[in-house]
Amino acid sequence: MKEGKPRLLLGNEACVEGAIAAGLKFFAGYPITPSTEIAELCASYLPRVGGKFMQMEDEIASMAAICGASLAGRKSMTATSGPGFSLKQENIGFAVEAEIPCVVVDVQRVGPSTGMPTSAAQGDVMQARWGTHGDHEIVALAPSSVLEAYTLTVAAFNIAEELRTPVILLMDEMVGHLREKVVLPSKSELLVKDRAKPDLPPGQYKPYADYGDPAKVAPLAAFGDGYKYHVTGLTHGEDGFPTNNPELGARQIKRINDKITSRKKDLPQAEELFTDDAEVFVFSYGGTARSAKKAVRDARAKGLKAGLIRPVTIWPFIEEPLLKAKAKKPKAVIVPEMNLGQIILPVKRVMGDACPVVGVNKLGGRYIEPDEILDAIKEAIQSGSAS
Amino acid sequence: MALPLEKYLRVGKLPHIWCPGCGHGIVTQAIIRAIDESGIDAEKTVVVSGIGCSSRAPGYMNFDTLHTTHGRAIPFATGIKMANPELDVVVITGDGDAAAIGGNHLIHAARRNIGLTVICFNNNIYGMTSGQYSPLTPTGSYASTAPYGMIERPFDLCELVKGAGGSFVARSTAYHTRHLTNVIKDALKYDGFSFVDALSQCPTYFGRRNKLRTPLDMLNWMKDHAVPGASWDKMTPEEKEGKFPIGVLVNKPSKELTKVYDELLAKTAEGGRG
Repeated sequence: MKEGKPRLLLGNEACVEGAIAAGLKFFAGYPITPSTEIAELCASYLPRVGGKFMQMEDEIASMAAICGASLAGRKSMTATSGPGFSLKQENIGFAVEAEIPCVVVDVQRVGPSTGMPTSAAQGDVMQARWGTHGDHEIVALAPSSVLEAYTLTVAAFNIAEELRTPVILLMDEMVGHLREKVVLPSKSELLVKDRAKPDLPPGQYKPYADYGDPAKVAPLAAFGDGYKYHVTGLTHGEDGFPTNNPELGARQIKRINDKITSRKKDLPQAEELFTDDAEVFVFSYGGTARSAKKAVRDARAKGLKAGLIRPVTIWPFIEEPLLKAKAKKPKAVIVPEMNLGQIILPVKRVMGDACPVVGVNKLGGRYIEPDEILDAIKEAIQSGSAS
Repeated sequence: MALPLEKYLRVGKLPHIWCPGCGHGIVTQAIIRAIDESGIDAEKTVVVSGIGCSSRAPGYMNFDTLHTTHGRAIPFATGIKMANPELDVVVITGDGDAAAIGGNHLIHAARRNIGLTVICFNNNIYGMTSGQYSPLTPTGSYASTAPYGMIERPFDLCELVKGAGGSFVARSTAYHTRHLTNVIKDALKYDGFSFVDALSQCPTYFGRRNKLRTPLDMLNWMKDHAVPGASWDKMTPEEKEGKFPIGVLVNKPSKELTKVYDELLAKTAEGGRG
C-alpha cells in the first residue's frame, strides 16, 4: 500500500487495513452481510502478512476461535452483523470474564432477527452494551467515516491489548459500505500497542492479579510460554482458578468492571462542533452523525445556534461533553438514531430535567436526512424561545 | 516421595469435584500417563475443555489449561492450534458437550483434520446437572428427563466422527485402563485430528437409575460388552447386538490442516495467488 496517497476505500475495507496495521494475525468469521467484505479481505490479505484466516462452522465457533488464538499470543478479530452478533454474545462474555484481548466488528443492519439484510440500522447499541449476561463493562467504538473505520480499528486493538478485554467496533451499514477518499496515516504516525507479557518466573505469575488499582491490568502470557496457567469462565481468584468464595468472587467481578470505567479518559473522546455557544445540541454517532454534522452546519448558516456532540466511544458512556452542555442550560438535546431510541436513554439520564431530550428516530433502513435533524433543531429553538 | 505422574497434576487443586466411584479420574490418569509415555513436551501442551463434569479435569492438570463454554472447547482449541501449530492441543469433553451442544464443532474439526486430540469422557448422561439424558443415553435407559425410559436413538460417536471424515478414531473404557492409555497415546501421536471415545461410569446419576448400582457393576458392564476391534469385524449382526467395539477403529494418514496452511503461507509469500 502506498503511504500518504489518497485512496478510494470502502469502510469495511478500511477496517481490514486498520486491523492488519494494528497487528491482526488471526481472523475467524462466518458469512453475513453487510460485514462479509471484512472476512473476504482478511482471507485475501492475511496470508500475505503471515496471518491466518478461517471460515468457521458458525458465529459461535468464530468467536471461540479468536479467543483461543489470542490466548496463544496472536492478535485476533471477528466480524459480523446483528444476527451473528447475537450468537457471539456467549463467548464475548467469556472474553470479558477471562480477560482475553480481541476485536469484534458488528456492521449493524435492520433487526430484530434476520430483519432487513443489508439495510442500515443502529439497533445493536444496547446489544453491544448488554448482549451478554452478567454484570460487565464493554468498550464499543462507533466510526462515522471510512478514515475512522481504519483509525478506530487500530484503536480497538490497542484498547483490547492494553485492557485485556474484547472491544466492539460498532459500525453500521452506512459506514461499512461507504466508499470515500481517504489518506491513511503512515506507519510512523500509527501508535500500535501490544499486550504486556509477564516478566516473573512461572510459579509467581498471577494471570488475574489484583493490584488494588483497577487501571493496572495483569500481563498476559501466551499458551506455550511455559507458565502453565489456567483460564476459565468461572469466577476466579488471582491465580485463575475457580472460586466460590463470595468476597473473592465479588472482588473479581468488580475489578473487571472498574478496569474499564476507570480508563474512560483514555478512550477515544467525542468530536465537538460549535458547542461553545450552542443553544441546541445534537448528540449523534456512527453513520447518522454525518447527517447530524450537515444539519448543524446548515443551522449555523441560518443563524441558529446548534452544536454537535459526536461520541466516538459509545460504551462505556462518557458523560463529560453532555455535562458541559448541561451547564450551558441548553434549550434541547436532539438525539437522531436509526432505531426507536437507544443511546437516548443514557443521554436522558445525564440531562435529567435540565432540558427536553428529543429523539429523531427512523426505521426501515432509510438514512436520517440532514433536513429531518435541521427541522428538529428549528423546532427546539422555537419552542425553547416561546417558553 | 512424589509419584511418577504427580508432575502432571496440580496437587494443590485436589481433591477433585467428582463423586465417589466416578470413572473420570481413571480417564484423566490414562491421559497424563499417555502424555508421559508419548514423550510430548508438557510445556507445549494445552488442554482445553467445555462444560460438564469431564471439563473440570484440566483444572487439575499441570499444563496451560483452558476451561471454556458449553460445547465450544473444539473451536477454542482450533484457534489455539491455528495461532501456534507447535502446540499439542488436547480437548477434554463429555458426551453432552461433544455430541449435543458441540456436535457441529466436532464434525467440522474432523472434516478439517486440524491437529487436535479430542477425548470424550462418555458416561452417557449429564452428570453435573444431575442426570438428564444425553445424545449418548441408550434407548430405554432411565434419566431424570427420561422418567419413562429414553425414547430417542443414541449416537455412535465413533461412527459420527468417521462419517465426518475423521481419520483417527478410537474407543476404550475406564475398565480397560491400559488399553485406554495406549489408544490415547496413539491418538496423541497421530498427526491430524484424532478422536477417542472413552467410556466412563457415572454410578451416581446413571447407574443407580439403571440397575447398575455400584461402580463395579458399571465397570463389569464395560468388560462384558466391549469387543476388541479385530474380533468385532468377524462378528455377525446378531452377535454385535448390544455390544460395542474398542480399539483403534480408524487410522489412516491424512495431511493436517495447519501444515496445509503453512504451505499456503509459503506460496502467498512467494507472491502466488492470495
